[in-house]
Amino acid sequence: MFNGGAPLPDMGSLPQFEYVEPSTLQHALYILNRYGDSACILAGGTDLLVQMRDGKKAPKYIVNIKKIPQLEGIRFEKEGVVIGALTTVNTIHESKLVKEMFPALHQAAGVLASYQVRNRATIGGNLCNASPAADLAPPLLIYEAKLKIVGADGENEVPIECFFLGPGKTVIERGMVLKEIYIPKPKENTYSIHLKFGERRAMECAIVNVAASMTIEDSLCKDVKIALGSVAPTPIRAKTAEAEVCGKKVDEEVIERAAEAAAKDSRPISDIRASAEYRREMVKVFVKRALRSLLVESNMKDAG
Amino acid sequence: MKQRIKLFVNGEAYDIYTETNRTLLDVLREDLELTGTKRGCDSGECGACTVLLNGKPVNSCLILAPEADGQNIVTVEGVSRPNLPLHPVQEAFIEKWAIQCGFCTPGMIISAKALLDRNIEPSEEEIKQALAGNLCRCTGYVKIIEAVKAAAEKVRDGRS
Ligand SMILES: Cc1cc2nc3c(=O)[nH]c(=O)nc-3n(C[C@H](O)[C@H](O)[C@H](O)COP(=O)(O)OP(=O)(O)OC[C@H]3O[C@@H](n4cnc5c(N)ncnc54)[C@H](O)[C@@H]3O)c2cc1C
Ligand code: FES
Ligand code: FES
Repeated sequence: MFNGGAPLPDMGSLPQFEYVEPSTLQHALYILNRYGDSACILAGGTDLLVQMRDGKKAPKYIVNIKKIPQLEGIRFEKEGVVIGALTTVNTIHESKLVKEMFPALHQAAGVLASYQVRNRATIGGNLCNASPAADLAPPLLIYEAKLKIVGADGENEVPIECFFLGPGKTVIERGMVLKEIYIPKPKENTYSIHLKFGERRAMECAIVNVAASMTIEDSLCKDVKIALGSVAPTPIRAKTAEAEVCGKKVDEEVIERAAEAAAKDSRPISDIRASAEYRREMVKVFVKRALRSLLVESNMKDAG
Repeated sequence: MKQRIKLFVNGEAYDIYTETNRTLLDVLREDLELTGTKRGCDSGECGACTVLLNGKPVNSCLILAPEADGQNIVTVEGVSRPNLPLHPVQEAFIEKWAIQCGFCTPGMIISAKALLDRNIEPSEEEIKQALAGNLCRCTGYVKIIEAVKAAAEKVRDGRS
């Protein structure tokens, strides 16, 4: 029934906070160290503002780091690519360099949220928010990215495999900032892919996320990396699955065994989107699809 | 905490004194009374609040007012001006009956305009991708996609 003009239920207004906008990394670190746990970094805000509205976070100080120019941009360096933490998901998706060198990262960036969200969402925010479903994590795991973290005591480089500790938890402690992500250039004859499976085609957290890369020479797998999202407390590498493929001539039987192993590597939970059982089945399906697709790609390259 | 910010909205400059915990959407609707931009979910899901920020479509409900300080914003009110012809996207939405209740329309118009600004020959797939963040509760998507195709044609005809 019409409620006679009473105000609509509160959609959750934002709590009060002090807003600061440092223009150098040094100043940001100073503020973060001074205010400790009561301060929170704001990048694109597409996770943080939603969490604040839901009452999950209420920082006393919001430190907008978007005015620090050195945290943004994509550049070629040391036989690889460096992506600043503030680089937006759309910038990554539209980068030619990323598309050519890291197709799985390009693909993942194209299916994260919506075009509007991708214009704000940053790669740093995606990683630091540490959702098990973070779309950019599986590609960065297969490319063995290294994350440069700065704190009051200086810089530290952490392999992405050691970065995630649990849902919402990373090795970043109070007073630290993720500065940039270094991704080494893949070896010759390496093919990679990212597949996202959700209930809808857009605007969806994944039910299962798979990224895979294979270095193949004459159908022989010289190296392989498989990463899974949304099926464990953090994004993970599926190492027993990798062991089923590495060093072998890749055929349907090998792919089948790898898919079974990947399902065992996963530790999914049941939630509103899917049951654990269903997720494990989908791991199999999507690992198979990913590996088959990489094999086809390498065969085409050999033929062409 | 309150802060003074300067916004450039639809070509006009505004000085605003606002609490920092308000969003760009709050300021547009409540302070500037530009109520064309709608509030659907206040959490980035529906796209009703889409505006152009420095030419790019974004969810104004996910941007703090102070973050918008000094930036250029275009709302649906600025897509065309009074006494000027409508934008091809607006014309096409009317001609193709792409509006039912109209609540999603301002966001749709902004997303579609932004798409045509970067690509005057979008495929159906590209149109769907560009509008994936705009929900229509009346589910009038078929007409909306037709309208964007028609608008693209208008834009191309206008240029040639
Ligand atoms: C409607 C909607 C749909 C979405 N869909 C998806 C999806 O499909 N896939 C997906 O992966 N995500 C999705 N997201 C989540 C979100 O958009 C992404 O995780 C995004 O990349 C977060 O980046 P941000 O810059 O907005 O982070 P923010 O919200 O600014 O920050 C997130 C967290 O990381 C911290 N942080 C940010 N940058 C740094 C840094 N440089 N150093 C240290 N800490 C930092 C912040 O303090 C905060 O705790 C969605 C969000 C919305 C609103
Ligand atoms: S009101 Fe901003 S996306 Fe729904
Ligand atoms: S026309 Fe009613 S929500 Fe789209």
